[in-house]
Amino acid sequence: METLLSLLSQIWASHAVLIITAIKAVLVAVTLLQVVPLMVWLERRGSAVMQKRLGPNRIGPLGLFQGIADGVKALFKEDNPPAHVFKFYYRLAPVVSLIPAYMTFAVIPFASSIAIGEHTISFQVADLNVGFLYIFAIASLGVYGIIMAGWSSNNKYSLLGSLRSSAQMISYELSLGLSVVGLLMIFSSVRLGDIVRQQGELLVQLGPLSIPKWGIFIQPLGFLIFLVSAYAETNRLPFDLPEGESEIVAGYHLEYGSMHFALFMMAEYINMTVAAALTATLFFGGWQMLPGLPALQALLTQNLGLVGTLADLLRVLFELGSFVAKTAFFLWLFVWVRWTLPRFRYDQLMDLGWRVMLPLSLANIFVTGILIYYKVL
Amino acid sequence: MIVKNRPGIFQRFYLLEALKGLRITITKVFQKKVTIQYPEERREYSDRFRGMHYIKSVNGVENCTACMLCPTVCPAECIHIEAGERPDKEKYPVKFEIDSLRCCFCGMCEEACPKDAIKLSNIYEMSQTTREAWDKDYLMEQRGHK
Repeated sequence: METLLSLLSQIWASHAVLIITAIKAVLVAVTLLQVVPLMVWLERRGSAVMQKRLGPNRIGPLGLFQGIADGVKALFKEDNPPAHVFKFYYRLAPVVSLIPAYMTFAVIPFASSIAIGEHTISFQVADLNVGFLYIFAIASLGVYGIIMAGWSSNNKYSLLGSLRSSAQMISYELSLGLSVVGLLMIFSSVRLGDIVRQQGELLVQLGPLSIPKWGIFIQPLGFLIFLVSAYAETNRLPFDLPEGESEIVAGYHLEYGSMHFALFMMAEYINMTVAAALTATLFFGGWQMLPGLPALQALLTQNLGLVGTLADLLRVLFELGSFVAKTAFFLWLFVWVRWTLPRFRYDQLMDLGWRVMLPLSLANIFVTGILIYYKVL
Repeated sequence: MIVKNRPGIFQRFYLLEALKGLRITITKVFQKKVTIQYPEERREYSDRFRGMHYIKSVNGVENCTACMLCPTVCPAECIHIEAGERPDKEKYPVKFEIDSLRCCFCGMCEEACPKDAIKLSNIYEMSQTTREAWDKDYLMEQRGHK
């Protein structure tokens, strides 16, 4: 026992950073996994209440365990690939689309750093110096999974779906990337931690109303372009042409069943979560507290008499809550928009991508450049 | 005739229209829901609803005299009756079967019946586990209120 403890303390002394990072990685991955059944529930209940129905409400309180029940069902279903598929790629595709979805969340900061003992723990799995470029790079890998699925299914509808997906991804990645260039010019950093920290600064003081330097206030057009492109990137309505149920049956995941299909669904929902978190981080101040919360936090700290690490913990809790609230709002927006807007026609999609989004994002960069040159921003 | 329906400049700027749509869907969230949660709640049907059949009986003896008016009038030809004779020379149905899959619940048998024997009740849960379900014994159970 003694030797074991001493061994553990030795390991902790030499690999503290590694252990902390591993714990953070596991926590984030597990949390993301929990978002999926929650989002399935939100999507079904959301669609129901918007259509004046009730939706699933039988399993657990308010039907909250519906997603878990679905997961159990998917796990126990027979895995029966059709005879005409290319087995290797068919098996590989769901994994290839799920893993990039997971990887992208690594660079998103969900609270400011906290000092415990001699270690400073930043609430971000990896503070990469390439920041959101990493997210864009990895997120576009997800399309390989979709293309693989479409191709290996050996089915014309699936192939059409994956072709649409790749064309859509390429078209909208341009405007997605260009829409954040404005932010990059203002904050002169791609590190998400830096961007969030700078968003805490004051932009203008309008009487009692202090407007922080959130991305939405300094880059409204950029935000709009980013949001629309993010919807296209995550294959959500009104840009869900790769699925296009009424046109190409179900697109790329047509030939999939049981857990393989569930993996595609998980990838979609995790992609949505990352997109929502990224929108909150880039344009809504990330973990910067929502208006009103800093005063509440100060009040609580004073009344409870918290000092040092405990006060920091309270602050982190508030920041985490703000981040989760912002992300949850954008996740709800995904659902809200899905059950409001019909799907675009394919030519309209391309038209919007190349003839509206791309010039607009370029114009946005140009205007931002001028404003920065004249020291307005 | 070609109808030209060119949207105006505000409609063509899709975003405003999308916002309008979002407003419509969010108002629906707070409206009263139309779902009837079936086993606990049930839809209220009219008293004239035509559901499962039954043969009315008085003191355990069916009203039916096997006059064959109902199988004659039945448009779906789903009623099968075999007539027999009681010791007191009264005609009665030995077999009385209704093919519930063919029945279209038009209620014409009820209208045709001179003895007020075949009736359609309000019951609409009619699933069965056997093929021979709707025989005379089953139909003789008094389920209706009419």
